[in-house]
Amino acid sequence: MAEYKRPQSEQEFDQNFKQKKPLMNQTEAYMESSRCLFCYDAPCVQACPTHIDIPLFIKQIHTGNAEGAARTIYDMNWMGNACGKVCPTQVLCEGACVFNHQHVKPIEIGRLQNYATNKVMEAGKSLFHSGSPKGKKVAIIGAGPAGISCACELSVLGYSVTIFEAKDKPSGLTVYGTAPYKITNEEALTEMEYLQKQLSFKINYSSPVSNADDLQKLEAEFDAIFLGVGNGPTAALHLPGEDFENVIGAVEFVETLRIQKHRVQVPDRIVVIGGGNTAMDAASESARMGASQVYLAYRRSKEQMGAYWFEYDLAVSAGVKSIFNASPLEILGKDKATGVRFIKTTQENGRIKEVPGSEFVLECDLVIKATGQAKMAEFLTQIKGLELDKSNRILVHPETFQTGNPKYFAGGDAVNGGAEVVNGAFEGKQAARGIHQYLLPHSSYDSKS
Amino acid sequence: MTDLSINFAGIKAPNPFWLASAPPTNSGYQIMKAFEAGWGGAVWKTLGVPVVNVSSRYGGLNYRDTRMSGFTNIELITDRTLADNLREMEEVKKYFPNHAVIASLMVESRREWQQIIKDVENAGADGIELNFGCPHGMCERGMGSAVGQEPTVLKTIVEWVMEAATVPVITKLTPNISDIEDPGLAAVQGGTNAISLINTIKSIIGIDLDTFSPLPAVDGKGTNGGYCGPAVKPIALNMVRQLAQHPEIAGTPISGIGGIETWRDAVEYILLGCTSVQVCTAVMHYGFGIVREMESGLRQFMEDRGFQTIYDFAGKALPNVLEWKDLNLKHKVVASINADKCIGCQLCYIACEDGAHQAIALPQNGQSRVPEIIDENCVGCNLCSLVCPVEACITMEKRDNGKEQLTWDELVAADAAPVTFNDPRAGGNGHFVPEPTQALKKHAS
Repeated sequence: MAEYKRPQSEQEFDQNFKQKKPLMNQTEAYMESSRCLFCYDAPCVQACPTHIDIPLFIKQIHTGNAEGAARTIYDMNWMGNACGKVCPTQVLCEGACVFNHQHVKPIEIGRLQNYATNKVMEAGKSLFHSGSPKGKKVAIIGAGPAGISCACELSVLGYSVTIFEAKDKPSGLTVYGTAPYKITNEEALTEMEYLQKQLSFKINYSSPVSNADDLQKLEAEFDAIFLGVGNGPTAALHLPGEDFENVIGAVEFVETLRIQKHRVQVPDRIVVIGGGNTAMDAASESARMGASQVYLAYRRSKEQMGAYWFEYDLAVSAGVKSIFNASPLEILGKDKATGVRFIKTTQENGRIKEVPGSEFVLECDLVIKATGQAKMAEFLTQIKGLELDKSNRILVHPETFQTGNPKYFAGGDAVNGGAEVVNGAFEGKQAARGIHQYLLPHSSYDSKS
Repeated sequence: MTDLSINFAGIKAPNPFWLASAPPTNSGYQIMKAFEAGWGGAVWKTLGVPVVNVSSRYGGLNYRDTRMSGFTNIELITDRTLADNLREMEEVKKYFPNHAVIASLMVESRREWQQIIKDVENAGADGIELNFGCPHGMCERGMGSAVGQEPTVLKTIVEWVMEAATVPVITKLTPNISDIEDPGLAAVQGGTNAISLINTIKSIIGIDLDTFSPLPAVDGKGTNGGYCGPAVKPIALNMVRQLAQHPEIAGTPISGIGGIETWRDAVEYILLGCTSVQVCTAVMHYGFGIVREMESGLRQFMEDRGFQTIYDFAGKALPNVLEWKDLNLKHKVVASINADKCIGCQLCYIACEDGAHQAIALPQNGQSRVPEIIDENCVGCNLCSLVCPVEACITMEKRDNGKEQLTWDELVAADAAPVTFNDPRAGGNGHFVPEPTQALKKHAS
């Protein structure tokens, strides 16, 4: 029944994870860009968290000025290429395209964006350079979308920036946490390299900042610190049997897949627990790795899933089956998980109620928990004055992204709880401006050239 | 029963769709193929002393992803010998005796004109078209548009032709002249049986941004070409209309040329008085097959309206083309936006705001994106309805009572028209115009 053969080589892996938004050729870009209406106060721009001037870059592409288009994109969003590929454009820019109201296919904004950014990356064309040195040093913890964006913006403004990254690659979840059919590792890393070549920020890899001592050292050496630490590992469900080795977190599953690709061997029967986009990714990916039976189990109804409808559709099209209104009670097995016992649920005033006597068992060889990531509270509480909300998200000023400790700024998943690459990119950039204002309150933002 | 056949100044054809004298009529092979495809007639690529051509020869004007919305060429008349052309013409007439084969001609002396007329008549040509229009190359040698731009010369040559011709003669005019009525009148006075227009417009279609060469480029250089294709239709329609309304020209059959690609284009020409139409660019773009759409559309148009022949509606638009001074100043329309159809692009807003009369407001509630017409500011200019990408979303609603009639002439006669620079009777007086500085406030917020 499997829709996909188990990939035996990187090539077969790539086939199973064929890019959902392949690069446009010149003719495609020309034709597609010609359709843009050039709306006034365009809804696509309003829908973009980074407010890229989309009609402008589309017109620039159409008139053969791909470099100008790329500049328009990067001016607002340092993760311009990654966002074109991994953004849920169906609910952002493309979802806002006025053509939707006419039942005409919206402009393929994401792919056009990639067309422009790829042009400059391919040509190695420098669009930006570091600003004249301001004599101030900023440390950034985490080389994810927020951290990288913050670093780029600060470099342009003339700050000396060092990023401390626990892993050995930049871009955070763009590489480690995104479904492989959205962006390839190579493409994500190419953009990182492209940015680093133009802007002189430093990244220290395999350099986790994890305790009070580390923080103290940074505070002593740097004038400001940006926290782009993201979230932690998959949160515990507190279910019996959760400790079996074949019960894993979705975030970890996706990460292993991104790095090991076809070398990952998935078993035949997999149960994914959760209803968010990560659950959809994990289920989709399990099926694409050749598992013969993949179940997605969510304790509420289909309509209540946090996942975007198109992510769910994608999972279903890969052969994933779904069970709604079923809550896990226990993971069964002796040494290994052999199944999950569920109970059916109904809802009363939004609260889940178990239906007595409705228990059932789904047999499986692997359980993937996609039930949210733990927060970094343990680490964060070591920063004096830093305030967290009750979901352990860092509280920041809405415009400057400054935390309760004036020397610390924060953005990305650690602040928004877990959102898109584009949100991290926006917040990192905003925080850089906040840092600029904090360190040099009398200078303008326009020192960018 | 709908009958598409025509008798154009004595030239009979099964339908009014003719190929214009141009590359598609370069050979008997092409014309035979065209007749098989459904064309009613063909004007043979201009015959004369054969030329030597350059490479390259054509240039296109693209609009967005639309190719060749305008087209230019620097090709000259036939580069094949007269003997070859005549032999093929004879062959075509043998196979298609009921189709119109018209020989386009361009020579210099009276002797040459009268000789070549005999030659093409002997080959079976049903008519002759005098090429007084070609605006590139040939005009440098005193032919083509050089003739069309000199009404007295034109008249003289038409007279030479009329002395010799036994088949109907069509005089083809150049638009590269300040008033098309001058050569039109000269042709009629010279005795022509019919007129065709327009030939191509003198043009530079573009410049290569890397080499700085005009296009099409011939070894890095270029020259003005002859512009045609869909973009020239409005110019041609007006020139056709001018001749069709001229008291001394009206009644002379007119063959309309310029940007005709669909049945709609053809009907417009016919409504302005043409009784045959000629097509070139559309065929160069899509091939002879497009005539099927034209023929079917024309037939449908006629059936829907009960027209038996094209003569039933030829010229029907002419009485409606007036001079500006005769238009009704009391007619008043105001734009109306259909909120159900509006997709919220707000192009109407910005077009009116920046390009017209500041008569459209953005919605204030922050919810909807449907702009609103400010009725009292709207002058009924149409711009919003033109930029709107949704069919029939913005309509122009009639606001006058239909009873009042006042023309400019009447206004002047009643001494009610503005006559001095600061005349309070200025039409825009009292019409809303924002203060200049309001532009800055908007910009700052």
